[in-house]
Amino acid sequence: MEFLESVTITPFVMIAQDFPVFFGEVVFNGLLTGVLYSLVALGFVLIFKASGVFNFAQGAMVLFAALTLVGLMELGLPVWLAFIVTMAAMVALAYLVELLVLRHLINQPDIILFMSTIGLTFFLEGFGETLWGSNVKKLDIGIPDVPVDVAGMLFNSFDLIAAIACALLVTGLAFFFQYTPTGRALRAVADDHQAALSVGIPLKKIWIIVWSVAGIVALVAGIVWGAKSGVQFSLSLIALKALPVLILGGFTSVPGAIVGGLIIGVGEKIAEVYWGPAVGGAIENWFAYVLALAFLFVRPQGLFGERIIERV
Amino acid sequence: MLYRETGQFKTTYAADQAIFPIFQDRVFLFAIIAFAYIVIPLIASEYWLQAVLIPLLIFAIAAVGLNILTGYAGQLSLGTGAFMAVGAYSAYKLATGFPELNIIVVFILSGVSAALIGIIFGLPSLRIKGFYLAVATLAAQFFLIWMFNRVPWWYNYNSSGTIIAPPREVAGVMLTGPTATAETRYLLVLTFCILGGLLAKNLVRGRVGRHWMAIRDMDIAAEIIGIRLLPNKLLAFAISSFYCGVAGALLLFSYLGSAETEAFDIFVSFEVLFMIIIGGLGSILGAYLGAAFIWLLPIFLTNAPQLVGLSMPVDFQKHLEVMIFGSLIVVFLIFEPAGLARLWQIGKEKLRRWPFPY
Repeated sequence: MEFLESVTITPFVMIAQDFPVFFGEVVFNGLLTGVLYSLVALGFVLIFKASGVFNFAQGAMVLFAALTLVGLMELGLPVWLAFIVTMAAMVALAYLVELLVLRHLINQPDIILFMSTIGLTFFLEGFGETLWGSNVKKLDIGIPDVPVDVAGMLFNSFDLIAAIACALLVTGLAFFFQYTPTGRALRAVADDHQAALSVGIPLKKIWIIVWSVAGIVALVAGIVWGAKSGVQFSLSLIALKALPVLILGGFTSVPGAIVGGLIIGVGEKIAEVYWGPAVGGAIENWFAYVLALAFLFVRPQGLFGERIIERV
Repeated sequence: MLYRETGQFKTTYAADQAIFPIFQDRVFLFAIIAFAYIVIPLIASEYWLQAVLIPLLIFAIAAVGLNILTGYAGQLSLGTGAFMAVGAYSAYKLATGFPELNIIVVFILSGVSAALIGIIFGLPSLRIKGFYLAVATLAAQFFLIWMFNRVPWWYNYNSSGTIIAPPREVAGVMLTGPTATAETRYLLVLTFCILGGLLAKNLVRGRVGRHWMAIRDMDIAAEIIGIRLLPNKLLAFAISSFYCGVAGALLLFSYLGSAETEAFDIFVSFEVLFMIIIGGLGSILGAYLGAAFIWLLPIFLTNAPQLVGLSMPVDFQKHLEVMIFGSLIVVFLIFEPAGLARLWQIGKEKLRRWPFPY
């Protein structure tokens, strides 16, 4: 009874009390985290759309990019140069993945491709840490980290700047997909591989491009997460955080990834702050999954996913 | 193989339907089983039994279970670790709550409780499929592990949060606990492994198995020809989770001795999934081969540098190991996506005609 009350009544009373300032802070902090989830989910969606590969290595790519960036900075390179070199490394990685892995696995069942990306995950984690060591590294790219007062609510200036940067990146990507010839080719490939091939779109080149873009997105995600919590092994686990975002938003939808990320971010924060104490805390790990699962019962294809039509 | 089946006529339906219709295959199989039961306990050292063979056989049980679900019924699951945890924690609660209960019965019952949980988390499979389902089973993974961590009832309110396998004996022989010898634990696990394999083999070549394969190949078409999806998919989840539950209980009682939830985290799920992919989806033999490959590979990688006289810092070697493991998986998938079971089949065909190339 007491438990029921602590789950069904107390949280709402608390929300009413906290309204609007503290509750607003919780929601906005959720949104800021949500932007980061969107960023990681976006990497998944890009690759899934263009090649049908469920790229589990996205998290490892985040780790690898962040490790490389920090490693280069420790070697004495200025931030901007390290950033460019890391970007080049991610493009090279994309090229190698296409050349060594994807090319040989054309026409294999989805699950084989999925498993090969898990193999890639192991490889990248091992490679990154062999190259740069496994200590927790501090990533300082010179963004101020002070509390900022916005309309009576306290925020972290770093979070705000990161969120704005992410939003800009996402908008830029949306424009890239919508208006450039390459973007159009990408969308064509996503729609139908064979049709795209038959009108002369080079499939292999497209794959390299999406893996590169996903790599750069991973780099940005790695910088933001790395600067927040240090560059360490657990970075590769944020891939697991992005998965519920994917099922919520739909595997094939870029807007879905963004909106899904925001919903998960806010939902998770609210649940942790108001429902967490009742059930013993640390529910962030699974809450997003349960939220997404509940959602799937209503819309199996996700928020913006294409309607699944099956024929025999 | 190096022999022919010439002259072996099947005169009854039973002979025609046998799992091993060829006489020499049966001899070969019984020889292996006899070797595993009699020779290995005599010659294997404590290290080999404890660190290699016992966990290998336990993971083989889990791999058979996952192969039923993923390889035969086509439902991709990443919740294996959680279902094993359900088995382990149920076994712990049953064994400490009812000390007089036979430990074998405890293992079976913990499999049953894992099966019930499996049915609950299998329900989404009716609405969603493929990777959406895989992510949905991750919900089981994270939620169950969190629950076992957070609800003290599961670990009898002890302060460390660790579950410890209590010593239990059957017919005067110590089967679990610190005083049980590696040999008895090995034999117990081996028995479960063989019986489980036999049961699974008979399930998948019977009516139920055919239904599962039809659903795997195209569930809409299966539905149209009159296979009911609801009971069959849930049955696949239940039986698969039963195997995982028993494997989890054995992992705690026969291998680890004491465990926390970390022993059943998401990497266990991936490991078992690797086993069935490398072994061969939709093959019981493949589950065993894959389990052996995935379990032995890291051990080999750990020991290989010393064998060739190379020494390097520990953490450097650890990273290198992970890296080589990952790339070997990718290489293997590229060269033989159908798995070790397929390699075995090809080898058998080749040997059958050996030394003639035609």
